[in-house]
Amino acid sequence: MAHEHKLEIFRGLVKFRSNTSKIWGVLIFLTLVTAVEVALGITKPAILTGNYLLGMKLLNWIFIILTLVKAYYIAWDFMHLRDEKSALQRAIVWTPIFLVAYLIFILLFEADYIYNVFKDGFVKWDF
Amino acid sequence: MDTTVTTGADEPVWGGGNRPLNASYGKLMMWFFIVSDALTFSGFLSAYGFSRFKFIETWPIADEVFTHVPFFHGNYPMYYVAFMTFVLIMSSVTMVLAVDAGHRMMKNKVILYMFLTIIGGAIFVGSQAWEWATFIRGDYGAVETNGGRILQFVNAETGERAALADFVEVMPGDRIRHESEKGVWFSSESALPTYTVNEVAEGLRANPNILIRTEQIDETGEKTLLSRPETLERIKDAKYVVEGANLVRNEYGSRLFADFFFFITGFHGFHVFSGVVINVIIFFNVILGTYERRGHYEMVEKVGLYWHFVDLVWVFVFTFFYLV
Repeated sequence: MAHEHKLEIFRGLVKFRSNTSKIWGVLIFLTLVTAVEVALGITKPAILTGNYLLGMKLLNWIFIILTLVKAYYIAWDFMHLRDEKSALQRAIVWTPIFLVAYLIFILLFEADYIYNVFKDGFVKWDF
Repeated sequence: MDTTVTTGADEPVWGGGNRPLNASYGKLMMWFFIVSDALTFSGFLSAYGFSRFKFIETWPIADEVFTHVPFFHGNYPMYYVAFMTFVLIMSSVTMVLAVDAGHRMMKNKVILYMFLTIIGGAIFVGSQAWEWATFIRGDYGAVETNGGRILQFVNAETGERAALADFVEVMPGDRIRHESEKGVWFSSESALPTYTVNEVAEGLRANPNILIRTEQIDETGEKTLLSRPETLERIKDAKYVVEGANLVRNEYGSRLFADFFFFITGFHGFHVFSGVVINVIIFFNVILGTYERRGHYEMVEKVGLYWHFVDLVWVFVFTFFYLV
């Protein structure tokens, strides 16, 4: 039951001596990522809020990507997914990713449509 | 290729008892639960995204809502939530350390780390309760128009938000809250705001430096500020004075914002709370030596999975509620 731990992170770039030191290493990394997020959230650099990619601000893309990075390390190192069989890893990861991606796609498109109806329709909403 | 393992030559395929995923029954079931719970939270957060995209031009800006830190006055956006995030990640770390100590059968270390995990969880739940209380109390106050839009007030000289108390003209003849024991027993009303719409409107006319800020977000990502003539025109639409937040209306803007805040952080807080309760149970089991006698600490590992999941969800709630 996962008694041997895989001790390298960042695709083997960093290899820890023991499981305990790996845990602290991951903590430092997660804290760093959170600090970057909060710093960006407070300063909101104009270059990131003014430029868009696929209809979303660059800043928001950065937040979402950093969140997924954090989620990966929590699942892989804290929840020991790194030490599990890859069949289990894939069952756990891809099932929600597939369903959630679909859900987000339909809901956000529908919401954008409703936004346009509110905006361009001939009904006054603000009175 | 460790993906396909069922047909290992040394394992009887049909005889039962083989473990293709090399994980125990309890751990697999915990993973099943976590995946389904993750889908529940995804549903909530997607619904939040739906409502936000629907009202993308008028949605409240989180930086301007969550600006408080306990025991400090002033404007500190994000700091407290960042602290809460750190506390939860830290308690996740102590949980992994407890699991790690369990693998090595070090009972006293497991006890210590479980204890620290419980403390971290308690700090987080307490912080969330404080966030809720601050959110419900509100700080500046606003008025709502006939059309359900929220109008906030800004001091034109400083550019800072103006609280209702800073400029209202308090007038005699206050209406008293109607309670059921003071009249017909079955009729009562909810708490009245501190000021009436009329008092706010009069105060606005008497103070030329106060402007109205609407919910509309302009191209620069800021809320739109009305000019003085527009302000005096707009206040005529005011219908309610709104202080703080409840499920019906809130002073921060869109009604759905407060509803989703209460629902999503509340559901997550409930998970943290139940996680702390389960941790406490396991903590006492460890002290009593249950797992020492059983020969392994897998129960700590399973509870740990749940605890990390709570942390994982918070990472997403933090991003979508406070950052994006």
